Amino acid sequence: MTLWLIKRVLQALFIILLMTVIVFIGLHAVGNPIDILIGPDADQRDRARIIAQMGLDKPLWLQYFHFLGSAVQGDLGNSFVYNQPALQLVLHRLPATMELAMAALIIAIVVGVPLGLVAGLYSESIASRTIMTGSILGFSLPTFWVGLVLIMAFSVSLGWLPSSGRGQTVTLFGYQWSFLTLDGLRHMLLPAINLALFKVSLVIRLTYAGVQEVLPLDYIRFARAKGLSNLRVIGVHVLRNIMIPLVTVLGLEFGATIAGAVVTESIFSWPGAGKLILDSINGLDRPVILAYLVIIVCVFVTINLLVDIAYRLLDPRVRLEGAR
Amino acid sequence: MSQPVTESAVQAVIAAPKPSLFRERLADFFSSKRAVIGFALLLLLAFGSVFAHWLTPQNPYDLMQLDILDSRLPPGSANGAGTYNYWLGTDGQGRDLLSAILYGLRISLTVGVGSALIASIVGTMLGVLSAYAGGRVDSFLMRTVDLMLSFPSILIAMMILAYLGKGIGNVILTLVILEWAYYARTARGQALAERQKEYVEAAKSLNIPQWRIMLRHIMPNCLPPLIVIGTLQVARAITLEATMSFLGLGVPVTEPSLGLLIANGYQYMLSGQYWISLFPGVALLITIVALNLVGDRLREIFNPRRQR
Repeated sequence: MTLWLIKRVLQALFIILLMTVIVFIGLHAVGNPIDILIGPDADQRDRARIIAQMGLDKPLWLQYFHFLGSAVQGDLGNSFVYNQPALQLVLHRLPATMELAMAALIIAIVVGVPLGLVAGLYSESIASRTIMTGSILGFSLPTFWVGLVLIMAFSVSLGWLPSSGRGQTVTLFGYQWSFLTLDGLRHMLLPAINLALFKVSLVIRLTYAGVQEVLPLDYIRFARAKGLSNLRVIGVHVLRNIMIPLVTVLGLEFGATIAGAVVTESIFSWPGAGKLILDSINGLDRPVILAYLVIIVCVFVTINLLVDIAYRLLDPRVRLEGAR
Repeated sequence: MSQPVTESAVQAVIAAPKPSLFRERLADFFSSKRAVIGFALLLLLAFGSVFAHWLTPQNPYDLMQLDILDSRLPPGSANGAGTYNYWLGTDGQGRDLLSAILYGLRISLTVGVGSALIASIVGTMLGVLSAYAGGRVDSFLMRTVDLMLSFPSILIAMMILAYLGKGIGNVILTLVILEWAYYARTARGQALAERQKEYVEAAKSLNIPQWRIMLRHIMPNCLPPLIVIGTLQVARAITLEATMSFLGLGVPVTEPSLGLLIANGYQYMLSGQYWISLFPGVALLITIVALNLVGDRLREIFNPRRQR
């Protein structure tokens, strides 16, 4: 187990390193940030001075090692546009994204599990068929279009909910949070639903498949034969077995949600990390793009690692396979 | 008896029951109402986009035919000269939306189908190669596939497009880079199963060259699941292209796809001019749902565990 863990961590570190190399080389070929940052009336001397100041005159491999050296110390360079440490900039925006992603995840579970249970338990009914067809829609609808329709319906036509921004926020642990105020929650509702849509469908499908698989098994029949109430059979025996794949998939999905938030954030003007990266791509703000990617890749690799470890701890079959 | 068994003879035997199987599958496909609806919609959309030039009252990208006085008219209004109606309204430049949608659909479909075709060819070749070569080649290719599939496609697409810049060709290339992995993994799994079978051994014993076994014997038998993935991937590609164009990273303004049309209408939406954004969105939606209906049905048909 220890050996496996060390190997797995090294593998994860290697992936992070590989990504930084690819992105660093890739970013270098994208336009010249100098042209955007310096006015056309700047003279040659100013130009040279700023290029030297930002370290853009050195060869690429040196720039990379310079980047790597400071990265290990937690310094990913300064943003060209905001003139702040890029890492700090991204980390400052990340809580807003996290908050949105968590809200989406909660909606996915609260809405998806009951619907999936109903669809699975009464699989011949019209309700089940409606839910399952609806989940296909949830999979195939483009997120950005659903966002627009939500704004059209609930903000423009009905005027119930605001369409942009975070609303009133409360400072906690040094960050701004929307979920602690009513106004903030109102602002969060539409983007959270938008972001949750795909996951709701996913949860419905998983729950449905799980119920279908578990229901005919002996231990469920035995539980019923023991005279347990229907509620207890479903609530405890069926649900517990569905939870393992559900938690795994949603855990893995969390990283994708943070990345997918780019679309939702740009539609609802949610000031999170996704909006920042989009602005940075358009403004060629290399250090911020790099910092964002490094953080996202770290989040991804960490989640994958945790899921792997949890799997080995929970499922003895996987452990045996690894030992062979 | 004295005639030697040739490759063509072997193939004739393999090929013989094919037509009936094909016809059976075809009947099977159309026995589902949802699949028929999806297929009919697809035909209609393809027809509309291919013949957009003749079907639309105006060419939305010929500035001579646009009248700025007709801009932002609600659906159903007549044009300034009174010669035809804007059934779905007009956008900010006085463009007939129905015409713009059909032209946009053409670009969306080109990108979707084009990228899926190229990605399926590249992915299948690499997948079959991976299965056939084994060893280092196999593990390298499959690690790459794992890496590609473990990162969210929106993120990768954004990075590649930021690097390549706008353009239809660039969008197609990006989608190919993103999607070949799906085909490669499926093709590899399929090819691994196929190469164990007796007909491959038979082909080997006839001294047929390796590449020929790979291309002519194994590859065709890997096709069914790849067709299914292909259909669903076209829908995915169109969605992703629309998303990227909406974010301003996809196709250029001069060649707007459905996604860009939606983005253009976005600014008018808050003032209640919903149609500029809504109708291209509905067109996008119908396209994607139709593709998914057909893809789902194909998956059902090709599922070997399905009871007939």
